[in-house]
Amino acid sequence: MAIRTEEMVLNMGPQHPSTHGVLRLELTLEGEIVTNVIPHIGYLHRCFEKHCEAMTYPQIVPYTDRMDYLASMSNEFGYAVAMEKLLGIEVPERVQYIRVIMAELQRIASHLVALGTYGADIGAFTPFLFCFRDREKILNLFEITCGARLLYNYIWVGGLSHDIHPDFVRKTREFIKEFRPNLKETNDLLTHNRIFIDRTANVGILPIETAINFGVSGPNLRGSGMKWDIRKDDPYSVYHKFDFDIPVGDGRNGTVGDSWDRYFVRVQEMEESLKIIEQALDQLPEGDVTSAIPKRIKPVVGNVYGRVENPRGELGYFIISDGSTSPYRVKVRAPSFVSMQVLNELCKGHMVADVVAILGSIDIVLGEIDR
Amino acid sequence: MFDLFYKLTGSEIVSGVIISLLPLFLFILPFALFAVLLERKVSAHMQDRLGPMRVGYHGIFQTIADILKLIQKEDIVAKDNDKFLFNLAPIIVFTGSYAAFAVIPFSSYFIGSNINLGIFYIVAITSLAVVGILMAGWASNNKYSLLGSMRSVAQIISYEIPTILVILSIVMITGTMNLNTLSEMQTGYFWNWLIFGGPGLSLTKFLLIPFMFIGFLIIYISTLAEVNRTPFDIPEAESELVSGYHTEYSGMKFAMFFLSEYANMFAVSAIVVALFLGGYQSPVGYLGDLFNAPWLIPIEQFFWFTVKGVSFVFVQMWLRWTLPRLRVDQLMTTSWKYLIPIAFFNLIIIGIITLL
Amino acid sequence: MKNAEEIFQILKNKFQDSVLEFKTDQPTEPIIIVQALEIDKICSFLSSEDELQFNSLVNLSGVDEIKENKLSVYYHLESTIHRHKILLKISTSREKPEVPSVVEVWQGANWHEREAYDMFGIIFLNHPDLRRILMPYDWEAGYPLRKDYENPEYYQGMKVPY
Repeated sequence: MAIRTEEMVLNMGPQHPSTHGVLRLELTLEGEIVTNVIPHIGYLHRCFEKHCEAMTYPQIVPYTDRMDYLASMSNEFGYAVAMEKLLGIEVPERVQYIRVIMAELQRIASHLVALGTYGADIGAFTPFLFCFRDREKILNLFEITCGARLLYNYIWVGGLSHDIHPDFVRKTREFIKEFRPNLKETNDLLTHNRIFIDRTANVGILPIETAINFGVSGPNLRGSGMKWDIRKDDPYSVYHKFDFDIPVGDGRNGTVGDSWDRYFVRVQEMEESLKIIEQALDQLPEGDVTSAIPKRIKPVVGNVYGRVENPRGELGYFIISDGSTSPYRVKVRAPSFVSMQVLNELCKGHMVADVVAILGSIDIVLGEIDR
Repeated sequence: MFDLFYKLTGSEIVSGVIISLLPLFLFILPFALFAVLLERKVSAHMQDRLGPMRVGYHGIFQTIADILKLIQKEDIVAKDNDKFLFNLAPIIVFTGSYAAFAVIPFSSYFIGSNINLGIFYIVAITSLAVVGILMAGWASNNKYSLLGSMRSVAQIISYEIPTILVILSIVMITGTMNLNTLSEMQTGYFWNWLIFGGPGLSLTKFLLIPFMFIGFLIIYISTLAEVNRTPFDIPEAESELVSGYHTEYSGMKFAMFFLSEYANMFAVSAIVVALFLGGYQSPVGYLGDLFNAPWLIPIEQFFWFTVKGVSFVFVQMWLRWTLPRLRVDQLMTTSWKYLIPIAFFNLIIIGIITLL
Repeated sequence: MKNAEEIFQILKNKFQDSVLEFKTDQPTEPIIIVQALEIDKICSFLSSEDELQFNSLVNLSGVDEIKENKLSVYYHLESTIHRHKILLKISTSREKPEVPSVVEVWQGANWHEREAYDMFGIIFLNHPDLRRILMPYDWEAGYPLRKDYENPEYYQGMKVPY
């Protein structure tokens, strides 16, 4: 006699330790095996796009901070790049260099959160605190720069809100010196741990064609083996002046594009970011950082799509101007929003524990998905 | 011990009650309080932070404050819970781990009940926790709890097999199930411990040593799994199942699960210590013998037993804050594909050696 | 790699009247305006044609062009193989905003189209799962990013501008 079985629907979230915010996943389970995942988003919807239509262009900058709250500098950077493209502003060299330094520091800070929480998702709690300890030092650097630790309002259209602190260069160098051995320690503790590899390798394999078809970008795409980075492939700001590599997943512990690859791409990217910061600090030119800030922003009628490589992938701002002082329409192409769509594809046939592992490896920020 | 209280009180019932409450008040409660603090401090110092620092010197009274808080907390029972089972579950789980302490030989003098089937009794009584956990998961009427308790039951039952196989090999060598006798056998110095092949200086002893080490590792790993500690803590995997079978519990009922977890941690360490590491025996001889003060010996024995047990508890914590968690199928693989066959061959080889 | 004008010519030759206009009066990139109901065919051509191979939909955004009484959709396409990109635009009426979905071409369009539906009420025909995405599923007060949208006073008995 066959035992009568039933599928179970499990609501994961919105309040759940590893949905990285207020995400609700509707899992259909057969025992421990996941047969379907339906993500429900929108719990953190703060009407960014609607707000923008009522704000003047400079007023939008603080709002961009609040989208991907783990990478506020990169969000501002993206907005500034898009707006400068629309206005045709040439930004002073010093501003560009400081922006790159900030964006790369922010990338490290954001990846540290990604790595740490990923460890916590897998069950290793100690790397989480190690990562946060190092992130704290980056936040301190941001604090001496602009007074804020999370939402900076630092990169403005055409410039910066003010110059860096006199100690900034020295302290950043100190940080880099301290951070390299710490990164190795985290690697020893987590990255090459046998159990960690068993949990993440061959889990949630994202083939390269699927990734591109879904529009997945950033470390998730590179984890699938695609050498695609907007910093190299569609250079903005002064990235063409620096020498750095684009790490891609090579499937050394399983299949190309598995969770471990996505994770390890982030680890390697932090090292590349350190390289960029070192070069930028060496070459940092003198100059005025506020000279190019326009007094009143009133772009011509038209549209612009500006994009930058955010820690989570391609962050794009599609801005339509109707010739007034506030935008007619702002659409944000949020990297997590796009990456999130592949979740169902990746999770089918895996176990509940793997859903957490896969979700963590995509590294989403709900603030950005819901905007 | 019983005789002492019988003489003092003159009543069998009163002395029986006292003797059964003694380990609770003398050992389990203080140990749990201490272990929770230890866990927090160990984890804190492994993670570059300080841990609790406010209540008392370096936060030593933190767990007492926690217990006070838990006692005051509202006992929430949700509407759709199966009330009877829901209330019964923590009691059963706690009973299981508490009852195991009855036969644990803390010293040659302080042993709750010196029964001949000691180790058999422990294996049997700790299985009671399975019933309680399944009950808690079912009665909570919560899918996370149910998944957690299902995992837990599968896990505890799977890992009992390698544990029992190793225990069997010990019983084969010693020919006794009495934990006190086992400890007494391993008297003298540390090379008489069973992990070093037991007392005596025969060929058998030296042949046994590598296999005893294997047995020791197997029993340590599988007892780790039986008490649901990392890397085998999937029943309460907080990142997946919130906190597994005790998600719905609050206040003192939660505290009872918590207490039994820490009591269990010590209980399994105590089994490992009693079986392999000489039980309460000192590794280097007794001060009591040196100063000709026989009354000192049980106290020293108690000290050594606690030190050995707590150091294993420390290793459990160390592992917890270092390793990630296995997935449920990997956990089963570890048990059925690796630990059980190895334990089985180990058992056969030890059997052959003992026949020599 | 081809520039937008070459791509426009290829499209014009292939689809004739469905490709309406090549708009170059933009401060940045030019726009190719096409017939709304042909967008799915054009997109599958763009993604499959060997010399174009637009394998990635970078962005899809709805826009309410209330002055022309139209709802528009902008498609940012990119080819990671040939490294060229274009911007397509379609327009549809505000009264019956129906456009074909491109999910069959790029699965990444799924949520973008849901968002455009959620915010502008643009119906994407043949979309596999056209539900609201950011707003509550039972939001009945209209489509918030339309320029004539007004906040409802109550949502499920709760006062909205609290």
